[in-house]
Amino acid sequence: MFFLRMVLRNAFRHRLRTALTIAGLAVAVLAYGLLQTVVGAWYAGADAASNARLITRNSISLVFPLPLSYHARIRSIEGVTEVAYSNWFGGIYREPKNFFPQFAVSANYLNLYPEFVLDAEQLLMWQRDRRGALVGRQLAEQFDFKVGDMLPLRGTIYPGTWEFVIRGIFDGSDETRITRQMLFHWDYLNEFVRKARPRGGNMVGVYISGIVNPADAAVLSREIDAMFRNSLAETMTETEQAFQLGFVAMSDQIIAAIRIVSYVVILIILAVMANTMAMSARERTAEYATLKALGFGPRFLVLLIFGESIAICAIGGGLGLALTWPAAEGFGQAADGIFPVFQVSTQTAAWQAGCALAVGVLAAIVPAATAARVHIVDGLRAIA
Amino acid sequence: MAAPLVEIRNLQKAYRRGGQMVPVLTDISLDIFPGDFTALMGPSGSGKTTLLNLIAGIDKPDSGTLRVNGLDITGLSESALADWRAAHVGFIFQFYNLMPVLTALENVELPLLLTGLSRAQRRDRAVMMLEMVALADRMDHYPNELSGGQQQRVAIARAIVSDPMLIVADEPTGDLDRQSAADILSLIQRLNSEVGKTVIMVTHDVSAAHAARAIIHLDKGELMDAPVARH
Repeated sequence: MFFLRMVLRNAFRHRLRTALTIAGLAVAVLAYGLLQTVVGAWYAGADAASNARLITRNSISLVFPLPLSYHARIRSIEGVTEVAYSNWFGGIYREPKNFFPQFAVSANYLNLYPEFVLDAEQLLMWQRDRRGALVGRQLAEQFDFKVGDMLPLRGTIYPGTWEFVIRGIFDGSDETRITRQMLFHWDYLNEFVRKARPRGGNMVGVYISGIVNPADAAVLSREIDAMFRNSLAETMTETEQAFQLGFVAMSDQIIAAIRIVSYVVILIILAVMANTMAMSARERTAEYATLKALGFGPRFLVLLIFGESIAICAIGGGLGLALTWPAAEGFGQAADGIFPVFQVSTQTAAWQAGCALAVGVLAAIVPAATAARVHIVDGLRAIA
Repeated sequence: MAAPLVEIRNLQKAYRRGGQMVPVLTDISLDIFPGDFTALMGPSGSGKTTLLNLIAGIDKPDSGTLRVNGLDITGLSESALADWRAAHVGFIFQFYNLMPVLTALENVELPLLLTGLSRAQRRDRAVMMLEMVALADRMDHYPNELSGGQQQRVAIARAIVSDPMLIVADEPTGDLDRQSAADILSLIQRLNSEVGKTVIMVTHDVSAAHAARAIIHLDKGELMDAPVARH
């Protein structure tokens, strides 16, 4: 208790200096947490993606579609349980800023996505309605959509005004699932395309294949691609996770920059903290010499300095950590749906606490070593 | 005749300054007996504080022997010397050297952390020492809430709380007004005469030196004469 009292009183000896250091630490830990959460949110789609699903697309580019006839051929491959398909729609809801993903999907699409939970009655209603649409819970909450509402979209790839009726709202099987998207019937889209461009019908964007064993993903991918080699539309097949990571990779440098900034923030606060501790230790040279003269060993001084540094970092880090959740919530709202999932992970929180502790330990090393080496006679002169 | 408490023979000490060795103490031989109250006097740079530091075990000589209570402290390791100081030496500094973050009571209790005493025993003993220096009513005050004389009395209580055989005082009245200085000297005299503590005090103040039983003069690192007995 005596030692702890001494540590805490030393920590708050220069209240303004300590308060500013704590504020700096809190801001740094908070910034680190938010930046790491941004990076995590960026990867959220890929993290949620499955290795038990394969995505087959046109090998030239995702922009080029694949013939509907591939469906039966892919389904015939041993090890493939089910094949669904989808097209990117790219419609605008009222204004371009209201962006959300829309997919025209085959009727069996949800069979491959057990993580999307939909009421059986709503599923039936959707299947019976050609213009029916399903929206995810996050999307429904963002725009206050309800079952039965009309959902008009202005087509960009497929021109015209499209009117859908919301027939169901699906949930994620857990909080990490992104449900900020809309699904509607591929047949409905295909009818339009066939009318507008008779030769452009019966084409799909990607095939999604469910497989028995994820360990066979590479073999099956090769098998699918081999099946369509030297055709007019060669394919490229990969796991859904690899497919999603391909999108993330497009912004790889931005993510790397965000990561680097988050580390730099910690390095800056380490320098600030090290300076605070060095100043404190330098001012107390005579006290350390006095303690040594009284018989206290270098170990006591080292513990005193480490204790003070860690105490300051624990308070600053704890404050930053506590502020991370409300700040992340505010940030997520301010980002206006750019990040469908913006949650501070336990791992990020643990890294924040770890960084604060590491700063406390590292900042104390040099002052503690200096204090431990103080020559009593020289140290006592420092008071005069 | 009793054996000397401090027995110094042919002690030498030099400091390196600007690449040159400057002798501070030259061939010092001296005995201080239990119960003595000795003042070390001399002009600035005469080596009196260096001699006091060597006797207190916070500095090491270049050569010679220095026995305290029969133990040659020059051969002790840093760690053993720290333990020895904690058990046998009480320090009184010119600028009190109290811990500003600790109350008067906590400052007095501080050296007892190095003993095996319980928290309650430490506190009782510290209170007793503060009563002895007539500061029991200020035990919860921090050093910056006390006058210079009061701070020095707290420092004296701290110096005697672990019941050391030797008290070393470096200019204990150097930072005090005349009245406070007289009070402090009177207190140190009481520790010597009533409690039987051996005191070695560095001072350049003649009136302060007259509180001691014997005065040793140093000049340019050498003893000027044999100790002059005053009482």
